[in-house]
Amino acid sequence: MQVDIKTASVKPIRNTFAHLERRFGDKPASRYQEATCDLQSEVNFHYKPLWDPTREMYDKARTAIAMSDWYDLKDPRQFYYGTYTMTRARWQDGADRQMHFIEQGGLLQGLPQDLHDRIVAALVTLRHYEWGANTNNAHISAYGWGAAITQAAMMNTMDRLAMAQHLSRIGLLLDGAIGTSLPAAKREWLEADAWQGLRREIENMFVTRDWFELLVAQNLVADALIYPLFFGHIDAELSAQGAHSIRLATELLTRWQDENVRWVDAVIKAAARDSDANQVLLAGWTAKWREALVGACRPLAERFLGSDAADSFGNVVAALDARIVRLGLETGT
Amino acid sequence: MSTASTSPVFIALQANYDTMPIIEAIVADNPLAQVHETPAMVRIVAPGRLTIARRSIEERIGRDFDLRELQLNTISLGGTVDETEDEFVIFWHDIEE
Repeated sequence: MQVDIKTASVKPIRNTFAHLERRFGDKPASRYQEATCDLQSEVNFHYKPLWDPTREMYDKARTAIAMSDWYDLKDPRQFYYGTYTMTRARWQDGADRQMHFIEQGGLLQGLPQDLHDRIVAALVTLRHYEWGANTNNAHISAYGWGAAITQAAMMNTMDRLAMAQHLSRIGLLLDGAIGTSLPAAKREWLEADAWQGLRREIENMFVTRDWFELLVAQNLVADALIYPLFFGHIDAELSAQGAHSIRLATELLTRWQDENVRWVDAVIKAAARDSDANQVLLAGWTAKWREALVGACRPLAERFLGSDAADSFGNVVAALDARIVRLGLETGT
Repeated sequence: MSTASTSPVFIALQANYDTMPIIEAIVADNPLAQVHETPAMVRIVAPGRLTIARRSIEERIGRDFDLRELQLNTISLGGTVDETEDEFVIFWHDIEE
């Protein structure tokens, strides 16, 4: 008896959903495209919200930016719920191992009191900055338009909570898990002169209504100053003063920022490319917040970097300016 | 005297979401490549040489890519492999005459 094995090829009738076919043509779509494009409800909102009766519940006009296609604000990391949570779970495993290593070795314990206090004042206090950034990105997610930007902003809020928690864990490693570093850091944030400029600007962001302006202020300008300053210069300085393993603990934050920058730059580039009017708006916002935040961060550089402050902070600002030029957002001054 | 071989080389990948951008990258980088889709498998054939570039895959998936990740989805390949961090090349050695 002879058995013939034949393969029957069954072609799917449709490669993807109709709305994706209209965008990308009749071919299989990626998970990111499926989980992102055209998810935003656009019509039939019925009632105007009581808290903003001049606009619809979801309204494109909550920012001055206009896009011909809001789904151009894509995330180059292609994060949707699945990929995002898997990536972050891997990061968390890595961070846990690092923190465990520091804890087991007692690497951040027994530091001289003044160095201990400086680390708390510089790094643990930043958890309040991260909470502010969490709130700002929640605003972007709540009032933005299009799942491309709102889902990425929501993931950013989660990342910010993670960063705040990570900074708190550094505090707990320092104080032997009794938690005294956290109220000390809060006092810093509320009372120390050097922090008040930054705190004021974060609170100014809380009352900024235009969500795209907020994205520029928080995710482009503020992060571009705070991250290199604290996790490039200040932690190096603390390490040189004797807290050698502090950079092991801050590595997660640096890595996260490197990743986040790609999203922020892609979104801002896409918006600027869409129209000249957008480009002008973005350049204006960037200049406005650059001015405010450079002023707000300088006292922090001076407080934590001593004699190197001017040079190091100059480098940080120059890097931001170079990035602004790269994004095509320089104002003709 | 030797001439570059134009005998076909191929790589067969599983057809899934991970390989979609990889196949797209291969097709973009190798104009002579032909894609044969079969159930659950995509077979890419090219005369003499097939280059899989890390950079083009990374552009499409939006993250760093290690070319060794290819192995997870490779069913089979035909040709000599020359692998670096940046490129995975399948080719046949030149024909000596």
